[in-house]
Amino acid sequence: MKLKAFLFVGLIGVMASCGGESNAPATESKPAAAPAQEEAVVETSADVDPMENVGIGPIDELEFDEEIDEALAASGKEVFEAKCTACHKTNKRYIGPSPQGIYERRNPAWVMNMILNPDEMVAEDPIAKALLAEYASPMANQNLTEDEARAVVEYFRTIE
Amino acid sequence: MLKKALYGLAIASVAFSSCGGPSADGGKKATTGALGSSVAEKAYVAPGEYDEFYAFISGGFSGQLAVYGLPSGRLFRVIPVFSQDPEKGYGYNEETKPLLNTSHGMVPWGDAHHPDISQTGGKVDGRWVFINENNTPRIARISLKTFETEEIIEIPNSAGNHSSSFVTENSEYVVAGTRFSVPIPQRDIPISEYKGNFQGSLSFLSIDKEDGDMDLAFQIRMPGFDYDLSHPGRGKSHGWFFFTTYNTEEAHSLLEVNASQNDKDFIAAVNWKYAEQLIAEGKFTEEAVKYAENEWDESTHMATSTIKKSVKVLDASKLPGLVYFLPTPKSPHGCDVSPDGEYIIGSGKLAAELTAHSFTKIEKAIAEKNFDGEAYGIPILNYEAINAGAVKNPGLGPLHTEFDGKGNAYTTFFISSEVVKWKLGTWEVIDRHPVYYSVGHLMIPGGNSREPFGKYLVAMNKITKDRYLSTGPEVCQSAQLFNIEGDKMELLLDFPTVGEPHYAAGCPADLVHPNTTKIFKLEENNHPYVTKSEKEARVVRDGNDVHIYMTMIRSHFAPDNIEGVRVGDRVFFHITNLEQDYDVPHGFSMIGANTSELLIMPGRTETSMWYPKEVGVWPFYCTDFCSALHQEMQGYVRVSPKGSNTPLTYTLDDDPLDM
Ligand SMILES: [Cu+2]
Repeated sequence: MKLKAFLFVGLIGVMASCGGESNAPATESKPAAAPAQEEAVVETSADVDPMENVGIGPIDELEFDEEIDEALAASGKEVFEAKCTACHKTNKRYIGPSPQGIYERRNPAWVMNMILNPDEMVAEDPIAKALLAEYASPMANQNLTEDEARAVVEYFRTIE
Repeated sequence: MLKKALYGLAIASVAFSSCGGPSADGGKKATTGALGSSVAEKAYVAPGEYDEFYAFISGGFSGQLAVYGLPSGRLFRVIPVFSQDPEKGYGYNEETKPLLNTSHGMVPWGDAHHPDISQTGGKVDGRWVFINENNTPRIARISLKTFETEEIIEIPNSAGNHSSSFVTENSEYVVAGTRFSVPIPQRDIPISEYKGNFQGSLSFLSIDKEDGDMDLAFQIRMPGFDYDLSHPGRGKSHGWFFFTTYNTEEAHSLLEVNASQNDKDFIAAVNWKYAEQLIAEGKFTEEAVKYAENEWDESTHMATSTIKKSVKVLDASKLPGLVYFLPTPKSPHGCDVSPDGEYIIGSGKLAAELTAHSFTKIEKAIAEKNFDGEAYGIPILNYEAINAGAVKNPGLGPLHTEFDGKGNAYTTFFISSEVVKWKLGTWEVIDRHPVYYSVGHLMIPGGNSREPFGKYLVAMNKITKDRYLSTGPEVCQSAQLFNIEGDKMELLLDFPTVGEPHYAAGCPADLVHPNTTKIFKLEENNHPYVTKSEKEARVVRDGNDVHIYMTMIRSHFAPDNIEGVRVGDRVFFHITNLEQDYDVPHGFSMIGANTSELLIMPGRTETSMWYPKEVGVWPFYCTDFCSALHQEMQGYVRVSPKGSNTPLTYTLDDDPLDM
C-alpha cells in the first residue's frame, strides 16, 4: 500500500519531468521554507479550469452563502487545528499549500473532495496530480466526516 | 530465464502431487488422482481477492500468534502476545511493558500453545482469541478488532499451563490446567517425595460478556498428575469440562518410562456448573497467592499490571460430585468432544486404539454409582459402563481429533505421520492420508464448537526436513491444507509457518474482516501524554526527566530539533501519530537507545525511554517507509554535558511550534 503510493509518486515525477512545461522535476528537493515557485507553474500543464473543476468525490457542487457562517467557521477552525496543521499553515507554504485565498484558485467542491477523497484525487484529478508532483507529500486522508470538511472549507473563507 | 525456471518448477510440483495414493517411501512423494493437476487452483486466491477463512496459528516457542488466510496459506500478520517483538515495539514501549509483567517480574518470552475463538450459543463469534502460555502459566486475550493483545492473566498455583485455553460454548469460562504438578504452596521438599505431596490445579477464568475482561473465578485442587489437554462439553454435556491426564503413576523422573506403567490414565470430568454452586455456597477456601493481572486500556493506549493476592479453591478430594475420573488407555493426549457433546475422544499416545466415552453413559454411571474405586477421594467410573466404542488399529501415536460437523472425525497420528478419517458411532476408518512429517494438532475452522465449518483441515507438522529449500540445520515447520468436502481428503497446499505451529483456531472471514479497526480516532485518544496537534508539541523538563511530546505525520516529526538535553537525563519520547488514514503507521528510533523502535498506528500514542550517555548531536528517524519523503523524516537531539545550562528549546523549521 505504502510502497505503491511511493512508486506512484515516482511515476508522476517522471511524467512531470518529461512534460516540458514543468521546469523542475518533482523529485528535486526544495527547501520547504523558501517561497520557491508557486504552484501556478505546474498548474498550467493541467488542461482544466481550476475554478470550474470540482474534482472527484462525494461533492458535485458547493455554493457558499454570501454571508460567512461564523459558528460553522469556528468549528472548522477547531477541526483544522486538530487534524490539518501538521501539514498546512495558514501563513505560509508548508508541507502542503496554505489555504489562504484558496477560493481564488479553486472551486469549493474541489477543496471538499480533496479533503474527503485524497487518494482518488491524487490518482485521477489533473490538478491534484500536479500538486502531488510538486509537493511530493501526498495529501493525507484524515478521515474527516462530510460535516467536518464542510466546516473546514467555511473556515478557509475567514483566513486573511 | 528465471521466470521459465519457476514455471517449470510449478509444473513439476503439480505433477508430483498428482500421482497415486499414499506412497511407500515414508510419504516423500505426494499424492492424488488423475485430476490432481487442478489441485493448485483450489488453494489459489487471485491477487486482490480475499481468503474465505482466517486461521490463527500459534507460534509455540515463538510466543506469538500468526494470522493466515485459508485456503491460500498466506501469512498476514504475527500478533505479539507472550514474547517481546521489536518489530512492533511490543514489550519494549512503556505502554505494553506491563502486559509482560508476572509475579516473577517481567518475563520477555513465553510458549504459546492453544488458541481458541470466543463463542456465543456454541458457535464461534469472531470477537476474541484466547491463548495459553505453557512455561510461565498465563492466558492472553487478543481482540479481533485490533488484532492486539488486550489482557494477560498469570495463573497461580500452577506450573506449565498446557491443558488450556479452551472456551465454553457461551464464553462463560476459559480454562488453564496445570501440566506439571508441584508442591502447593511451593516449599522446600525432596523431589523423591513427589507422590502424595505434589498437586495440580485446574483454573476457571470467567469472561465478561461485553468487553471480554477475564477474572480468575476459581481453582479446583487436583491430585498430583500431569494435566495434558482439555475440551469443554457442549450441547448435552455443556456445564462439564474434560481434561486428559498422564503420569497418574506420580513418577518424578524418567517419565517416558515411569509414567507409562499404568494401562489406563484418566480423563478428568469436571462439573463446572456444580463448581459455581459450591462457590456460591461458600464451600471454597481463600488461599494466599501472588499473580499478575495485566489489562490494556483502549482509551489510554496503555496497559496496567496489578498483582492479585488471593484465589478461591475447591478441593476435588473433599467435594463429592465435582470431579469424576474416566479411565482412558494409555497416556491420553488429546481430549476432544464431538460437536453434539456426546462423545469424548481420548487419544492414548501408547494405546492401540482410540477411545470414545459416551456422555449419556457417563451420566448413567454417575447416577448408578458404577465406580471402579477412587483416586484421592475422586470416583473412577467403570470403563465398560462409559465406553461408547473404539477405533481399532487406526495408526501409531494418536494425538488430536477434530470433527467436520457431518458425523466424521479426523485424528492425527504423530508416529505414523498421517491424518485418519473415521466415522462417529460406527468407529470405522474411512480414509487416511500421509503428512510431512510428524503431525501434532489439526484444525478444522470452528473445531471447538457445535458447528464446525467442515470444508478445510489444517495439519500442523513438527518436522519438515527435506520438504523445502534448506536453511541450515533449522528449518521451518509446516502446515498442510486439506479439502475435506469429499469422501477422500485432498491435499491442496503446504506452507511454512512461524515458530512451531502448535495449534490453531479458524473461522469464516466474514466474522472478523468487516469489524477490523482501521485507525484510532485522535479525539478518543486519552493517553496521558498525548499530543493532539503540532502546536501542542513541547518538551518539558522535570528534574532529570525530560518529556518530549512529539507528533508525527507524513513526513516529519514535530519538533525535529531539540536542544537542552543533558547527559544523565532520562528522556521520554511520547509520540503521537496524527495520521487518520488506514495503514499509515510511522516508526521512531533513536541512536543508541537500549530498547526497540516504536511502530505507532494512526491516532495512537507510544512512549520510548532513552538515556543519553554521550555529549553530541544525535539523530532519530522514522523506521516505517511511509511516503516519498520518508527518508527525510528525521530529527536531532543535542546532548550537552551534565550540569550545562544549554537552554531547552524545541523547534520545527527553526520556528517554535505553537505559532
Ligand atoms: Cu514516517
